Amino acid sequence: MRIITVLNQLVKRTMKSIWIFLSFLCTMNSAYGMGYNSDTFDEELNIYSARKEALIKPLLDQFSKKTGTKINLITGTGDSLIARLKSEGIYSPADLLLTVDAGRLYRAQRAGLFQPMISKALSENIPPHLRSIDDQWFGLSIRARVIVYSRERVTPDQLATYEALADPRWRKKICVRSSSNIYNQSLVAGMLTSKGIEFTSAWLEGLVKNFARNPSGGDRDQIKAVAAGECDIALVNSYYLAGMLSSGDPVEATAASKVALFWPDQNQQGTHINITGVGITKSSSNPGLATNLIVFLTSDESQKWYAQVNNEFPLREDIELNDILKSWGAYKASQVNVSELGRQNVAAIKAMDRAGWK
Amino acid sequence: MEITPTTVSAAHRSHWLTLRNMATCLTAILAMPLFLIMASLLQPFSDTWQHLSDTLLTEYVINTSLLVFGVGIGTLLLGVSSAWLSALCEFPGRKLLSWALLLPMAMPAYIIAYTYSGIFDSFGILQILIRSTFGWEYGDYYFPQIRSLGGAICMLTLVLYPYVYLLARVAFSGQSLTTFESSRNLGRGPWNSFFCVSLPLARPAIIAGLSLALMETLADYGAVSYFGVNTFTTGIFRTWQGLGELLTAAQLCAFLLVFVLSLILFERESRKRLRYYQNFAHAKTKLIPLKKWHAASVIILLSFPIIMGFLLPATQLTLWAINYWQKVEKVDFFHLLLNSITLAIAASVICLVFALFLSFIKRRFGGHRELVQTEVVKLGYAVPGTVIAVGIMLPAGWLDQKINELSVLWIDDTLGLIFSGTLGILLFAYLARFLSISLQAIESGMSTIKPHLDESALSLGASPSHLLSRIHLPILRPSLFTALLLVFVEVLKELPITLILRPFNFNTLAIRTYELASEEQLMDAALPALSIVAIGLVPVLLITRIIIQDKN
Repeated sequence: MRIITVLNQLVKRTMKSIWIFLSFLCTMNSAYGMGYNSDTFDEELNIYSARKEALIKPLLDQFSKKTGTKINLITGTGDSLIARLKSEGIYSPADLLLTVDAGRLYRAQRAGLFQPMISKALSENIPPHLRSIDDQWFGLSIRARVIVYSRERVTPDQLATYEALADPRWRKKICVRSSSNIYNQSLVAGMLTSKGIEFTSAWLEGLVKNFARNPSGGDRDQIKAVAAGECDIALVNSYYLAGMLSSGDPVEATAASKVALFWPDQNQQGTHINITGVGITKSSSNPGLATNLIVFLTSDESQKWYAQVNNEFPLREDIELNDILKSWGAYKASQVNVSELGRQNVAAIKAMDRAGWK
Repeated sequence: MEITPTTVSAAHRSHWLTLRNMATCLTAILAMPLFLIMASLLQPFSDTWQHLSDTLLTEYVINTSLLVFGVGIGTLLLGVSSAWLSALCEFPGRKLLSWALLLPMAMPAYIIAYTYSGIFDSFGILQILIRSTFGWEYGDYYFPQIRSLGGAICMLTLVLYPYVYLLARVAFSGQSLTTFESSRNLGRGPWNSFFCVSLPLARPAIIAGLSLALMETLADYGAVSYFGVNTFTTGIFRTWQGLGELLTAAQLCAFLLVFVLSLILFERESRKRLRYYQNFAHAKTKLIPLKKWHAASVIILLSFPIIMGFLLPATQLTLWAINYWQKVEKVDFFHLLLNSITLAIAASVICLVFALFLSFIKRRFGGHRELVQTEVVKLGYAVPGTVIAVGIMLPAGWLDQKINELSVLWIDDTLGLIFSGTLGILLFAYLARFLSISLQAIESGMSTIKPHLDESALSLGASPSHLLSRIHLPILRPSLFTALLLVFVEVLKELPITLILRPFNFNTLAIRTYELASEEQLMDAALPALSIVAIGLVPVLLITRIIIQDKN
């Protein structure tokens, strides 16, 4: 029997130390959660966000202060948050799912994770092509995919459309990141929607031949490559260029000053845009409050914050932009409903694979 | 080796069996995500497979093989040479270099990738300098593309060689120099003695380190995807997140596991008949003194990985961090520190306890069952963190649903989520992925303890706990601390599991680093990244001291 008592003690001791750690973790966790904001809250909202904390928390904090709502946040990638929502099912604590592209919202909608919300304020705040047709999700800000060109080697009159980027004159002159990037996928999805698969495939073939190098790095890296002379033009999201122009890093600022922005497709259907957006989950116990938050996020005040701080484009044209965005001038954005980008996403990836866009 | 009735009484034996069954249960629970992945192979293969084999599959296979091969050679060269030189040769600065060689371990692979990219790409400081000095344009000179397969091999080698170094060094310091000297006295040259005596004796440890490095390579997503290198792991992500095919992604992952498993089995088969036991020389081992020029070249050789894997990127990060310092929210930052450290300590202790338990059971019984168990557990490390996380999230969610359905039935109320989104499930996922590390470290230590020690102890009536605490643990001391250190640093850097499974309002340094870096705000990410490295330093310092103390 001695062995059992010894073993018992061993197990007990181990368990005890594990429990001490765990309870320490838990107390620390709750202390962290509560100590974060010492006000008392009437209500709570739980948010799963694919938007990085730094790019959403300031607005959520404002909402907290205004309404006395405590906001709990988990950030992550869109697909893992969707997977988490699915696995938690109707018991999920989440009230809202925020994503940084329409494709993920479409996917969450298809998985039946959202509940529709008909609200007059939302219909007024958000143009119809930037929300789902059946009011299951709503755009919060606009991200435009633009052409960036070298001021030294390219003049704007040589540029016109996305289509023209497949022209042999740009052989080995174009930099763009991997086809795993969602904004490249939705650009191609947009092309599929308007021009069909045959045209898009041919366009991709030509475009890939024009790549100056194997796609790698992020959008900022493409801009730097244009500045360095590795390529003449790049396809990037506009807020990266704005971020570099206002960067504290002299290297980034110099690179950005060597390039200029071009709005493609101005005489066609308009520049390709995607959205960051949000939907109310089916499991939400407080859809009313969740709607209030969305209304707040789409209000003039919040929309101005996106344009001023985040360098993204607001949902409506009457919102004031910061100086960098203003300097690019007004542009015509594509009016295709962003749901289409989600619908065509898989087809777009397969077309890119076939064309050899790595 | 089975326990014979002559060594233990019948009562003892039944307790042993209880322990043995406990180990099996534990393994079964831990292996749940692996079972889920393997079970995907039983499902029908979708059309996506046709698309993959038409387009990307060949590239995945080729790139992954080249990456594994390259990193394997690289980590072996750097890790083994530095371990042997620092363990057995005497030269000025030996102690300093010995622990400094571990520093790159604390550097997350994607961070070093971003940093090197910032220095070496076409608009990096170096190329700008070249262009302005010689008045060249881009393309007038040759400069290797940093974001490429070769670049990825270099980056991963630089941060992963410490695994080989650390485990090999423990093994080399355990080797008494007399073995090496006998070989030399018997007429073999120094190189010959190294390859025929020292190296084979350290083989289990080196292989353990190498397999950790290679599993990490296979599971890496951040660095390779940033460098535009399409591997199996990037393919798994793309299939899941891009094409929305979780099942096909799981099947891809299952093939990756089969590949890893066959490598492990191949290696095991090739050293089946070999046994490596050591007499531990408790007297201070004499080191080989090196002549001036030899010492100088050894110092240069050993400094190379430290400079490239640590000093260079850390300096760049520091320069960025200084710019960012004013913008940091201090209170918030303190929480990040605290969360990261507590999680890392908790996970490393838990992993150590379970690893000790499993390897002890394996040593006592050594049957097929135990062998399979430990190998299965070790596989966890080769699976990308995201896959482990999803593989744990799904059954946890299912369990939560069932519990709530029952509670509605019985007490007419829901209990909410009991497993999903708790720190407990997070720690469990760490265990599933990182137990492999502690297990490798401890097993390679255990393999050098002669079995006759156990037999003598048992025949004198020692209980399992006595055997473990009085005989094994003291000998294993360096391995125990190695295991703690490795898991601590891993959890500190860990990103995908924490990202997916953590509770509300809970962030770590690694998450903050990733969030800023993935928004391409590399300067802003520098401070949390640097903190990960700095915190990783503390256990490195402590533990090398312990290992050195043990030696003296």
